[in-house]
Amino acid sequence: MKFKFKDKERARQLVGVIEDYVPDRGIKIVHVCGTHEVTITNNGLRSLLPQEIDIREGPGCPVCVTPTRDLDAAVKIAREGAIVTAFGDMMNVPGTDYSLNDLKSEGADVRLVYSASDAVEIARSTQEEVVFLGVGFETTAPMTAAVLAEDPPDNFSIIPSNKLIPPAMASLMELPKNNVDGFIAPGHVSTIIGCQPYEPIAEKYEVPIVVGGFEPLDILYSIALIVKGISTGSPTVENGYPRAVNYGGNPRSQKLIEDVFEVDSGLWRGIGRIPASGLALRDEYKSHDALVKFDVDPEEGEDVLPNCLCPQVLTARATPDQCGLFGEACTPDHPYGPCMVGEEAMCNIWFKYGGRPQL
Amino acid sequence: MCLAIPGEVLSVEEGLAMVDVGGVEQEARLDTLTEEVKEGDYLLIHTGFAIQKLPPEEAEETLKVFDELIEENMKLEEEGEI
Repeated sequence: MKFKFKDKERARQLVGVIEDYVPDRGIKIVHVCGTHEVTITNNGLRSLLPQEIDIREGPGCPVCVTPTRDLDAAVKIAREGAIVTAFGDMMNVPGTDYSLNDLKSEGADVRLVYSASDAVEIARSTQEEVVFLGVGFETTAPMTAAVLAEDPPDNFSIIPSNKLIPPAMASLMELPKNNVDGFIAPGHVSTIIGCQPYEPIAEKYEVPIVVGGFEPLDILYSIALIVKGISTGSPTVENGYPRAVNYGGNPRSQKLIEDVFEVDSGLWRGIGRIPASGLALRDEYKSHDALVKFDVDPEEGEDVLPNCLCPQVLTARATPDQCGLFGEACTPDHPYGPCMVGEEAMCNIWFKYGGRPQL
Repeated sequence: MCLAIPGEVLSVEEGLAMVDVGGVEQEARLDTLTEEVKEGDYLLIHTGFAIQKLPPEEAEETLKVFDELIEENMKLEEEGEI
C-alpha cells in the first residue's frame, strides 16, 4: 500500500495536470510544515515541476520559531538544578548564549523525551522539579494539555511555548511584497484543527489553500489543486489528505486545548509577535507554569543574529542559498541561525542537498 | 516534528493501545482521540498519542480522488477546454 503513493505513472499524470493549469507568470506556493519540506526535497519534487512554480517553507518548523526567551528560560531553570525535558530536536537550538545540550555537558540534568507523558512519568519518579519545554503547533498541544488535564504531580511544570499555524499564515499575507499565491496546509496540524480555520484566510487574501499529506503524490495532488484554484480564480480551501483529516478535525483534542490553554499573542523567533498565535495556560493550570514557578524573567533574547537571513527564510521571502552564511559559517555541525538547527528547517534540508534542491 | 506514523492496534486497555508500528510494538494514549478504538483498527500516532483513526479503505479512497482529478483533466483536454 505504501508504494502506491509513490507510483511514477500517477506522479507523471498529476504533473501533467499542473502543467495544464500553471499560469505563465511565476507563482509562489508556501507550505508551513517542515515534514512537507522533507518530502518535497527528499523526492526531488521541485525538479518535476514547471519552473514557473516556486515552493517555499514558511514558519512551519517548530524548532526555528521557538523564541530565545523560552530557550533561555529552560537554560536558566536547568541551571537552578531542576530536571529539564524537551523533544530531541530542541536540544541543539542556541538560545542567546547556550543550548540545552551545552547545559547537559556542564552537568545539568537535561533529558530528551519522546512525549509529554514521558516527562510526567519522570516527575512521578522523583521529588525533584521536572520541567517540560512545550513547543510545537496544534499537533503537539493536545498532548501537553492531556497530561495537564489529568492532574499531574506538583513537581511537574511546563514552559508554554505552543504556537498556532493559521495566524502565522495570515501574518505572512500581511507582509509587504509577500507574493504568496497559495498554501499547502500542514497535514497533521489539520488532523487536529480540521479545514475550517483556513477558510477566513483563503477568503480574505484570495489564495487557495489545500491540506496536504506527506507522500509525494499527496504533495503533487495538493499543488495541482492549488494551481487549478489560481488559474480558475477560485481561492477555496480543499482537503487533499482525506485519509487522515476530517473537515471538523479532532474534537476531543480541540477540547483538551480549549480546556487547558487560552489563546494569547505568540512570540515567533525571527518574526516577532503575532497576535492570537500563542497558547498560555489558563488560571487553574498556572501552578504548572514553569515561568511563574521559577520566577524566571528571561530578557527578550537576541532573536535575530547579525547577517542571519533566517527571518526572511522563515517568512518565505528568501531561500537559504541567498544567505551569505549558508553552508560556510552556518552548517548543521556549527549552526548559526535556527533554520540550520532543525532537521525540518529549510536551511538544514537544503544543506543536505548541496543548496540546490531543484535537482 | 509533525511526523505522525500509522500503526495497527494489537490490544486496548483503559485508555492505552498497544500498536504495531512497522513491526515495533509501541504504546499510544487514547485520551486525545474522539472515536472508540478496538483491536485491528489503524491509528495515526504522534509523540505517543493517537490523533486519528485511519479507516483502511481510506487509502484506496485517496488514490481514487487523485485519479478523478487526472481523468477529469484528460476529458477537458480532449474537449479542448484547456
